[in-house]
Amino acid sequence: MLPHAEMVHWAFAAGILLVGLCLLCEAIVGQEVWRMRPWRKYLWPGIAFGMGVLLWPVMAFFTNSSIHMYAHGSWAEVLMLAGGAELGLVRGRLTSPLWRLTWPLAFAVTGIAFIIHEQNPWFFARSAFLHHLLGWTFLLGAVIPLALAWKPRSAALQTCFALTIVAVSVMLFTDRDVAPIFGHLSPLAGPQHR
Amino acid sequence: METPITRHITATAVARSTRARAVSLIGPTTVACGLIWAILQPYRLTILHPRGQGVWWLLLEPPLLVAAAGVIFALVVARPLLTDLEAHNAASR
Repeated sequence: MLPHAEMVHWAFAAGILLVGLCLLCEAIVGQEVWRMRPWRKYLWPGIAFGMGVLLWPVMAFFTNSSIHMYAHGSWAEVLMLAGGAELGLVRGRLTSPLWRLTWPLAFAVTGIAFIIHEQNPWFFARSAFLHHLLGWTFLLGAVIPLALAWKPRSAALQTCFALTIVAVSVMLFTDRDVAPIFGHLSPLAGPQHR
Repeated sequence: METPITRHITATAVARSTRARAVSLIGPTTVACGLIWAILQPYRLTILHPRGQGVWWLLLEPPLLVAAAGVIFALVVARPLLTDLEAHNAASR
């Protein structure tokens, strides 16, 4: 009855895509216009926080090793922390701009968890390739939210942040449980799934 | 020649209209991406061959998820945002 792992990735990819599109819009129109309607300012931080909450059942039901449990658990924690901090900031309950450092922290932890919990090499199968690619994208991309913490009004940095999130969703959408990557599929990965 | 009804379009006004156009294009572009993906990889759409498929295969189909995200974004986010952008531009004129 449980969905395949790839389907969970696609569902999260859809949520991440929505967050990316909202961020892109905010970068285009500016914070002042984006926050003209009260519900809109809570939209993407709320989706991010919600995805953090939903990562807990993923951790509980899709744990096929301890390292997967740590990885999914750490993503749930940092996504809830970053989304919650952003909600606190837009609500005005949190005032210190240092709370924005939760995003680079989330990116760095996510990147490290992706890289560590993938034990196969890049061209083992598509999922292995994507784990490495996502890991390095998050790890190197952590520079963008780090810079945004110091220059939160920079439209260029906001756009880069949004496009990084959209790129992450595209990577998640291309995930398959057992599929080749650029013609490579290790015989150890098992028969191609579909 | 200059007529009284002709007015110069300022750089700010151009930037505003570019912003509005960019916002209005994001949703349809996302939907188009999903549809193009569906055309290029029709085997990823289990709805085209639903017999014997489980509920998750029928619910979660990546090209349709992309298109759905685009539709939701266009209707829920972009449309009211464009209204607000217009109101903001009118107020600052």
